[in-house]
Formats: sequence, C-alpha cells, structure tokens
Amino acid sequence: MKKKLFFFIFIFFLSFIVVFSFILYKNSQKSKITINVYNWGEYISDGSNGALNVNEEFTKRTGIYVNYSTFQSNESLFAKIQNGGAKYDVIIPSDYMISKMIKMDMLKKLDFEKIPNYSHIDESFRSLEYDPTNEYSVPYTWGLVGIFYNKKLVDEEEKNINWNILWNKKYSGKILMFDNPRDAFAISQIRIGISLNSSKKSEWLKAANDLKQQKPLVQAYVMDQIFDKMSNGEAALAPYYNGDAATLLERNKDIGFVIPKEGTNKFVDAMCIPKNAEHPVEALAYINFMCDPKIAAENIKYIGYSSPESAAKSQLDPKVANNKICYPDDQVLKNAQVFTALPDELNAFIDSLWVNIKTGEEGNPFALIAVLIGFILLYLIVFLLKKKKNKTV
Amino acid sequence: MKIKNFSIVYILWMLIFTIIPMALIFIFAFTDKSGEFTLENFFYVGRYSNVFLRSIGLGAISTIVCLILGYPLAYIISKISVDKQNIVIMLIMLPMWINFLLRTYAWMTILENNGLLNRFLSILGVAPISFINTSGAVVLGMVYNFLPYMILPIYSAIAKIDKRIVEAAQDLGAGKCNVFLKVLLPLSLPGVISGITMVFVPAVSTFIISKMLGGGANILIGDLIEMQFLGSTYNPHLGSAISFVLMILIFISIGIMNQFDDSDEDLDEVGCK
Repeated sequence: MKKKLFFFIFIFFLSFIVVFSFILYKNSQKSKITINVYNWGEYISDGSNGALNVNEEFTKRTGIYVNYSTFQSNESLFAKIQNGGAKYDVIIPSDYMISKMIKMDMLKKLDFEKIPNYSHIDESFRSLEYDPTNEYSVPYTWGLVGIFYNKKLVDEEEKNINWNILWNKKYSGKILMFDNPRDAFAISQIRIGISLNSSKKSEWLKAANDLKQQKPLVQAYVMDQIFDKMSNGEAALAPYYNGDAATLLERNKDIGFVIPKEGTNKFVDAMCIPKNAEHPVEALAYINFMCDPKIAAENIKYIGYSSPESAAKSQLDPKVANNKICYPDDQVLKNAQVFTALPDELNAFIDSLWVNIKTGEEGNPFALIAVLIGFILLYLIVFLLKKKKNKTV
Repeated sequence: MKIKNFSIVYILWMLIFTIIPMALIFIFAFTDKSGEFTLENFFYVGRYSNVFLRSIGLGAISTIVCLILGYPLAYIISKISVDKQNIVIMLIMLPMWINFLLRTYAWMTILENNGLLNRFLSILGVAPISFINTSGAVVLGMVYNFLPYMILPIYSAIAKIDKRIVEAAQDLGAGKCNVFLKVLLPLSLPGVISGITMVFVPAVSTFIISKMLGGGANILIGDLIEMQFLGSTYNPHLGSAISFVLMILIFISIGIMNQFDDSDEDLDEVGCK
C-alpha cells in the first residue's frame, strides 16, 4: 500500500514538472519568433573557418531566431512537406521540384513588395521555366553541368570537347555517367537535340536508345564517387556539376572542366515558402536578407556554386568572379536548359527505361510470374517429398 | 504477474514498429496516388523482372559460396580448444564492428583498375584485369559482408553436438566419411538452414554493394526500391509493391528452408535427445 502511494506521488510530481516546463517553454516561445529553414546540406555560410554565420547575423539584425535543418535530396524534402509532419517557413528546393510543388499547390505566392532586395537578382534569372509567372520563388544559387576530363588520358583539346566525347569508342571503359535518370538522359537529349522537358514518349525512347549505345563504353554509373574515381585517374571523362569543379581541380592538377557550348543543363536552387508556413511574414524577411548582396556573397564564397546576383559577384575575389567555370560566357548560358516537372506517369516510364539501359535487357512481366510460380512449386515439391519420407519412416 | 505486465511493452513495440509498417506497405502497394484500390503497381513491378531475377541469382550464388566457405571453417573452429575458439570467433566478428559502408568502400579501392590488386598483378607482369563493376565484384562484396552470418549459426550448431554421439558412431565402425555424412551433417542442419536464411535474405535485398562495386549497372531490388523513394520519381506506391513482391519471395524461400529443418523432430521421435 505504501509503495503504491509513493508511486502515485511520484507520478503526480513527474506530470507536474512536465506541465510546468511545457508552460515555461511556451511562454518563452511567445516572446521570440523562430522560423524553420530547410536547406541542402553544406549550403549556407555557417561561421566555420572565420566566415560569417549567416543565420546568427539574421537574428542580430531582426531579432528573429532561425531553426535551421538540412535535407539530402529534393525528393526527401517533397516527402516531408507532403506528409505535413514538419512545418517549414523557408525551403530551398531545385527547379523541377519547385515546378512540381507549384503544380500541386504546395507553395505560397510571395509578396515581392516585402523583398526589396529582389531588385539585385539578375534579369536572366527571373521568370524561368519552372516558375514562369515568377510568383513563387527567389533564386538562391545556380550551376551548370559540364565535363570533367583528365588531361593525361584525353588527347582532344579543350575547345574540341563536347558531349559527343562521352560516346567516343576511344575512351571505352574510361567514361563515367550520372547515376540518376534525369541527368543522364539530359546529356543524350542535348546531344541529339531534344528538349530536356519533352512530353513525348517517342523522344525519350530515342534518347534511351542513344544511352544504350553508350552503355558498353561506360565504366560505371556513379554520383559522388566521381570525386574518387576522377582524382585517382581511374576514369578519364565524367559529367558533373560546375560547383564541385574547384574541389576536384584542387585534388588533381591534371583534371580540366569544360562546359560544352552546344548546350547543357542549368539548375537553379530557389527560396520558397510552403503553403502551411507558420511565419510567412518573417520568412519573407529571411528571403530578403538572403538576397542582400553582402550576405549572398558570403554564402557563395562558402558554397562554391554561382550567384544569380551581379552585385554579389562583384564582391567576390576577382579570380572567382572571372572564373569561366562558375560564370561562363553568355553564349553558354543562352543554350542552357532548365528542368521542369514531368507528369508522374512519364517519370515512371523514364525510370523503367533507365533500368533497362543499365541492366541491358527488357523486363518481362511473365518472367516474374514464372519465378513466383517456380518458387511455390518448389515449396510444394519439398513439402510433399518430406511427407512421403515421414510416412516411410 | 509483473513479468506479464512487462511483456505489454514488447507487444506495443511490435505493434508500432512491425505490424503497422507492414500494414502500411500493404496499403501503399494496393493503392494509387489518390488512395484508391489498384493493381496497376504490380503491373509496373513486372517491368523490372530482370532485376528480380538478377537479385535472386546473385543472392543464391553468394549464399552457396558462403556455405562452401563457411561450413568447413565452422567445423574447424569447433575442433580447436575452447580458448582459441573464442579468439577465432572474435576475429570473425571483428570486421562486423567496422561500418558496413566502409568495408565495401575498401573493396572498391582494392578492386579498381588502378587499385591495389591490379597494381600487384602488374608487378607480376599480368595485364590489368577489370574486377570492379562486374557482377562478380557484387557477389564478392556480399560474401565478404555476410559470411559471419553463415559461420556463426553453423558453428554454434556443431559446437552443441554431443561428442558422445560421434564417439558412438565411431565405436559402431563408421569411418570418418560416414560420421560426417550420417551424424555431423544432419545434426548441424538447423545451423546450416538458419545460416542460409540469414545470408540469403539480406543478400537479395542489399542495395549499396551493387552501387559501389557493381558500377551502377548491376541493379538489384534494393536499388530499385531506393530509386522509388529517394529518386526523381518518388513513387512510394510502386516502391511498396516491389517490397511486397520481395517479401512474398523471401517468405516462400524461408518456407522451403524450414521444410528441411526437421532433424530436431526426428531426434525427439528416436529419443536421442
């Protein structure tokens, strides 16, 4: 009996403490506003190595606190927002994901009067295909896909290198390719002159055939592994993003980077506010703050990708600002295409094409059914044999 | 009474983390985006039959290789003195303490065309052989990673066998070969069965090994499922349907394996145990 009493008192105290601390916590929340920012990993100047801590600076200027978290892929961001499990005020997805979220009515229209710094964004980064009416997003960074090549293993001069080199038999077994369907198809689509956002299945089939022809020459389909494989000379050619060029060129002096003039894929990561944001006004203030050329320059210095603001560019080290890898000529940019969202059905079709390219064979539904039936038959045979054996025993 | 109450915690745990997720996979597999019932997902799964065949094939090959490598080793370990046994078992477990990803990554550097193995071969004057980015490399990765799961259950099954039974067989005039075939092998069968299950199941559904050692072209079911959840398509319904088919396949194979696992019952009947 005593034990029980003691137990109840204990429970009472425990719940009291919990409730009390919760009330305290809630009260402290009221006095300060915290916005939830969701960005790519390693994608903001965070104060390491003497750089400016952008989020702290924002709190200093506005008194608004920032709860900063990161994601690894557009898809994981999408899943999180769609499930509604977490509420974010500012998110920074890429182009095609923004267009998908606009279509699914997941983003809030921005009040551009509250973002005066938007005037710094270059004209060429407004009203891009993913946000044609320019209502939902403010560009944060951008980049291009180009070709990394090992000068020791590739004879061609830099100006002669274009996407066709990835189909050159001379480099069989020395070529790396993207290991995701959209990026890999884009290379073939540019090569044979099809729109990256084509809605015709026949055009995707054409690109798939092109990639099938390339497959015997490809050493491996990889993503981040290209850093290792290129820097130790395992592979000679690899398409990848220009924002990572600095890292790779530093690791191995023999590596060069070309952005083919015929065209390439341009990607833009832009700031948006989800529909269910709890502090949309403060979120606008954050976006405005991030567009401040000084802050933008700090971020760009840290991230290594390119800035959509000329004003921010002018604050960078001239070596970086005049670097043709990060800020290529207008002609290159003019031919660059941006991804937009594709219908789900087409995406599923592209996925199956992609798997067929990589495995080199067509899938056959009957083969799968045959396997299932085979398994069940095997089970029955073993089962019956065992019964028989048991009987004879 | 108290222990019974305590078991509720486990039941709750099972309910939240086993039953509900399974139910979710089931629901997702049979619905489309708008939440309506459909069998379309399974039609799409059919497109990937080649991936299923490859996964089952590679999984079966690595299971067999593990068995061929693991059984003799387990047998040898059970024969040495108990002190040494503990050391050897620890040595077998040791690689498992290192992160799975790191172990596979290490194989990448060994097998590459400019890797350690080929450098060694070039000293011997052998032309570079491409090991990496082949299905052989994927099998190697699976065998390396899952071998302990084969050795340990077989070892514990053999170690449990009463020495007197073996002696009795010898007394009755059985040769070495007969002792092994008629006594040791049947008695260690439960270990073999659980070893096979413990290797085959993770081998079929593994995903990172094929990516790192198979060069991305040796897609396995695990990669396919990953593509549905983290890839550009984001189709959890198809992903769940693929998982569901995989689950059925594994379920049946475990059923088949369990049919062989009857040595315990037989022994009870004979009265040996």
